[in-house]
Amino acid sequence: MNATDPYAGERLLLSPFHPRQQAYNLRDAWGAWNGYKFADHYYDAEYEYFCIRNQCGTYDICPMQKYEIRGRDAAAMLNRMVTRDVSRIGIDRVAYTVWCTDEGRVIDDGTIFRLAEDRFMLNCGSPCTAWLRQSAYGFADVEVRDVSDSLAGLSLQGPTSCAVLKRMGLTGIEQAKPFEIRHFPFAGTTLRVSRTGFTGDLGYELWIAREQALELWDALYAAGADYGIQPYGEAATNMARLEAGFIMPFMDFTEAFKTVRFEHDQTPFELGLGWLVDFDMPHFSGRAALLEERRRGPAWTLARLDIEGNWPADGSIVYDSEACRKDIGYVTSAMWSPAVKANIALAMLRSEHLRGPIWVEIYKSKDLRPYRRMARASLRKGPFWAPPRARQTPPSDH
Amino acid sequence: MSAYDAIVIGAGHNGLTNAAYLAKAGLRVLVVEKNDYVGGAAVSRELHAGWTYSNCSYVCSMMRQAIHRDLDLGRHGLLLVPYLGTVNFGDGDERLIAYHDPQASYLELKRHSRHDADAMFRFQADLTRYSNFIRKTLLRTPPEPTSFRPRDIREFLYLGRQLWAMGEREIYEYVRFFTISAADFLEDYFENDLVKAAMASPGIIGTALGVESPGSAYILLHHVMGDVDGNIGAWGLARGGMGAISKALAAAFQGFGGEIRTEAPVARILVERGRATGVVLENGDELRAGIVVSNLDARRTFTKIIDRADLPDGIYEKARNFRIRGSSGKVNIALSGLPKFTGLPANRYVDRGGQAFTGSLRTMERAYDCWKRGTWSEDPFIESVIPSAWDPTVAPPGQHWMSNFIQYCPPELASGPWTPEKRDAFGESVIAKLERYSPGFRDLIVHMEVRTPHEIENEIGLTGGNIFQGELTIDQLFFNRPFPGYAQYRMPLKNLYMCGSSTHPGGGVSSACGANAAREILKDLRRPNTVPADDFDDE
Ligand SMILES: Cc1cc2nc3c(=O)[nH]c(=O)nc-3n(C[C@H](O)[C@H](O)[C@H](O)COP(=O)(O)OP(=O)(O)OC[C@H]3O[C@@H](n4cnc5c(N)ncnc54)[C@H](O)[C@@H]3O)c2cc1C
Repeated sequence: MNATDPYAGERLLLSPFHPRQQAYNLRDAWGAWNGYKFADHYYDAEYEYFCIRNQCGTYDICPMQKYEIRGRDAAAMLNRMVTRDVSRIGIDRVAYTVWCTDEGRVIDDGTIFRLAEDRFMLNCGSPCTAWLRQSAYGFADVEVRDVSDSLAGLSLQGPTSCAVLKRMGLTGIEQAKPFEIRHFPFAGTTLRVSRTGFTGDLGYELWIAREQALELWDALYAAGADYGIQPYGEAATNMARLEAGFIMPFMDFTEAFKTVRFEHDQTPFELGLGWLVDFDMPHFSGRAALLEERRRGPAWTLARLDIEGNWPADGSIVYDSEACRKDIGYVTSAMWSPAVKANIALAMLRSEHLRGPIWVEIYKSKDLRPYRRMARASLRKGPFWAPPRARQTPPSDH
Repeated sequence: MSAYDAIVIGAGHNGLTNAAYLAKAGLRVLVVEKNDYVGGAAVSRELHAGWTYSNCSYVCSMMRQAIHRDLDLGRHGLLLVPYLGTVNFGDGDERLIAYHDPQASYLELKRHSRHDADAMFRFQADLTRYSNFIRKTLLRTPPEPTSFRPRDIREFLYLGRQLWAMGEREIYEYVRFFTISAADFLEDYFENDLVKAAMASPGIIGTALGVESPGSAYILLHHVMGDVDGNIGAWGLARGGMGAISKALAAAFQGFGGEIRTEAPVARILVERGRATGVVLENGDELRAGIVVSNLDARRTFTKIIDRADLPDGIYEKARNFRIRGSSGKVNIALSGLPKFTGLPANRYVDRGGQAFTGSLRTMERAYDCWKRGTWSEDPFIESVIPSAWDPTVAPPGQHWMSNFIQYCPPELASGPWTPEKRDAFGESVIAKLERYSPGFRDLIVHMEVRTPHEIENEIGLTGGNIFQGELTIDQLFFNRPFPGYAQYRMPLKNLYMCGSSTHPGGGVSSACGANAAREILKDLRRPNTVPADDFDDE
């Protein structure tokens, strides 16, 4: 990729971990995320999923968007932007949140790290610079810096993840509680470790300056060799997050600013994220609309479905009866869950039909011939999969 | 009045499954088990600190997904994990690697034989077709061929329709399949010796037959019809060992209010006026129940724990003649490091999964000749797997254990009874063979458990050490299992049932026998059925 490469303008960026990840990607299974070359899987999606549930694996979060927000008004500014009260996030703690338009439609979700009284890091899946700038209008002392390309992030998830970090020399990491941040000296700089992730399992996210990324990788993989460490890609992440009941942008919700049609985007209540909306705060973007929504109840509800049989219900339409009298919604994500041994899905359903019968129309091809089946579904409360180890402190070694 | 509605004798995984479904229906159920642990042949024990062996069964693919799901075994701690990379080792330097990726596997086969690489597609399609049919019968009760009851006729019609849907030619193929040898079956597909040997090996596992013996083709199918999350033919490990399956089943059973009593061997089933009414423990305790369910094999149930005088004519003889010859040994080895095998690339996805020391069809047949002569082979067929490379819970980090299943090992030696010395000599034959393929193997050994059919019989009560609770040949399968006329889990005494692998669909960790028996029992007791239908379908 030098000046003489005529195609340089359309090549993807490479993550700082790319040299190592490329060696693992035996299948050349690359996709892209925010301009970065990004693995769908490395060896096999299902195997990588099992690394998350059984041993441990790493997931490259360099392409994630990271913003440092600092200044005396940083907390106030964030409080006007997001639905949660960030003044209640302790220092070295992390909170999951969403932010909405004035109409109360979700722009994106992400995590806020409180690094100091006046210093935060916001992580999200899609670029957010424009909205951050708009949200900062009128605040005298707040600076927003996009650190996406200078800060490397690597997620380490799975039951042996804590043991690996201990073996790597991160003394005391086992005392970190869920959503807690710890700092460790590493390679002449500081390694930030948060007990966070997107898998519903025990796991951590490691943050370090881009220049030290490979050193971190090598130390981690040396420590993890006896604990089954393996990189995993988008496909395995998608399986793990669905079992945990987490939502994925462009699958379970469409970002408000990218939505073309009226109310084809979602409110936090529709996504089952009403608990993230803190009406005790006097003002935040979308508050009035969301108050009204709470009073009225959401028109749609993202429901967790347990579907009979074992045909995955990707892209299915949902009906009120086996005879398909009325369509009441659509499946947004679906899979056969190896851990729960159930046919699970998230589906956006018209709220008034939540109490009635739910039937899913599923197609499956056998030797190229499509077969159709109507499968009965029931609602599940809570995550499909939530192992106790994800919450235990200190966690066990496996 | 009985203290219990049902007593299940034996806490094997089928006994526990059966008990769970009876308890789920609201019955008061007691399970009595002779050992101080549950699980029978689906068990994991820490015999050396830090290492957990799966002492008998070691890989899983037959477990009925519908039961796993219905009893919510995941919540009770069960996770089935697939492992990667099985290598077949030839007599010499030849290696056949089963790569996970189909393209890679194709290229690997092509290196051995261009012909066989192509033939493999047809072989897999045919096996899948056969398996699809057999799998449909697993969670169903076999019909009685001589009965005119509507349910038996309905069941025959169902099976007929399934068979017919495969096409006329396939029906003939099917009949042939049940009667030919694995070697003959494979001759139709392959030319390369190692490929044939690799494909034939599932045909002899646990069986007192050789690759050349008629009937071994079906055993092959029995071993490949399972799946892990829909990947047919794949085998997985239970996280924490096979005992995790039994523990999860026990937890589900206890969750329904069931009671388990360990170290409670049954001496005798109480029979009064032709009805089973309870059990007498070896310590003399008498326990009464409305019904009694035996998880023991058919030979043991009718010749060891029932008075011959209590049995109707002919049953004792049927049980005595039930074919249940042991043929396998098991050597579990704790290792201080990962063994390295000759002739393999340092590819971490294939150098530590499963190892099949197959040799060739000739080597396997010669090992069978030794069994017939009442001795073990110095060049045995060994099927191995290194669970610790895939399961972080069964050995200390960086250390390992290797499960070795040995075919063949005779239940009785020509030289007289098994002794600890002979057992160790048998173990040595295994180490010697492993050392041949992995120089330095011996130096890694930390601890070892050697099990001949003698140990297997004495510890978990599998007669003759037969791993399937009775051989899986057509005369003892489906409506002939365990005996013609008794395939529907009801036994010749009233209120007596069987639920172990001696019943349809036979051996393997599947929970199917126990679940099927529960369905029949609940029918007799006029209780609503609690057993799910299989969720496998390929109509
Ligand atoms: C060495 C070996 C390897 C195997 N490998 C595999 C494999 O990898 N995969 C697979 O799927 N299958 C395998 N199998 C087969 C499989 O393990 C068995 O078919 C299955 O576990 C049998 O379960 P069961 O519940 O029917 O009977 P069992 O497990 O035999 O249970 C019978 C129970 O009854 C108890 N009992 C016996 N006598 C008495 C008495 N008098 N009173 C009270 N209790 C009594 C026993 O202790 C035992 O707990 C293997 C078996 C063996 C032996």
